[in-house]
Amino acid sequence: MILEAFLVVAAALFTIGLFGALTQQSIVMLMMGLELMINGIILATAAYWYFLAPAAADGQVIVVAVVTAMAIEMAMGFAVVTAIYRAKRIDMTDSATELEG
Amino acid sequence: MTLALFTALALLAIASGVLVFVVDSMARATFALLVSFLAVAAMVLLTDLLYLGAVIILMMIIEMVVMAVFMIMYMMNPAGLMPMSMFHNTRGAAVICGLLFAGLSAGIFLADWPERRGTRPEDPTLELGTALMEGHMLTMMTLGVTLFSTIVATVVLATGRGRYDRLGDRLDAGHPDDPAGGGVGR
Repeated sequence: MILEAFLVVAAALFTIGLFGALTQQSIVMLMMGLELMINGIILATAAYWYFLAPAAADGQVIVVAVVTAMAIEMAMGFAVVTAIYRAKRIDMTDSATELEG
Repeated sequence: MTLALFTALALLAIASGVLVFVVDSMARATFALLVSFLAVAAMVLLTDLLYLGAVIILMMIIEMVVMAVFMIMYMMNPAGLMPMSMFHNTRGAAVICGLLFAGLSAGIFLADWPERRGTRPEDPTLELGTALMEGHMLTMMTLGVTLFSTIVATVVLATGRGRYDRLGDRLDAGHPDDPAGGGVGR
């Protein structure tokens, strides 16, 4: 196991997630893309801690913060989906054009 | 042995990550994402972070089961009855993501990574707990307050009719303004 292998896997997960976030029409599927991106970040952070700076706990604390960010992202995302669906019956990104420039 | 396990987990994580956006059913996509998360959690376990790996496993199982409920609520193609494309701008996104992955990989292999500093602690969990309760106390408190404000914000956003809708802006209406009557004594 080497650091580069972990990072390439993390980069692949991040990129797949970005592809999903950019291409999916459903807002819920878009959020799954975001989750996949954060998944890659978790892996990269754990690898950094293990391979580069295991003596300090900072890397572990970042993992805790990222996992929390993931939970917040999902909770807020679903709340926004529910609010926008209730207000306008929209569940697709293409229809939510109110802020379109 | 560890290398073989890592390779298998890495392939599983990436393959199920791809599956999320390939399968037609959004419920199946949720569970493909769960498999990807579990594979990543197992890789985190490989880096000796036993506590964080276990936390990720437990949290992701709950999170994806909750997600499955929302998936069914907002499903685009229920039971395959309304076949439709769930994508837009696939080509542009593919170009962006291809470039990004190439850039990230180049950075990963070209970067001059520093040598490992210090030795691994015997018990990373103890170290994490000590850090969160001592040096990183501010991080922990910030996370706590942020989570609490998330609870408040999600309830405010997701509530259809709150008490101000029912009882007026000053909460002084004699009778709640409900669309349907009912309840004891009304």
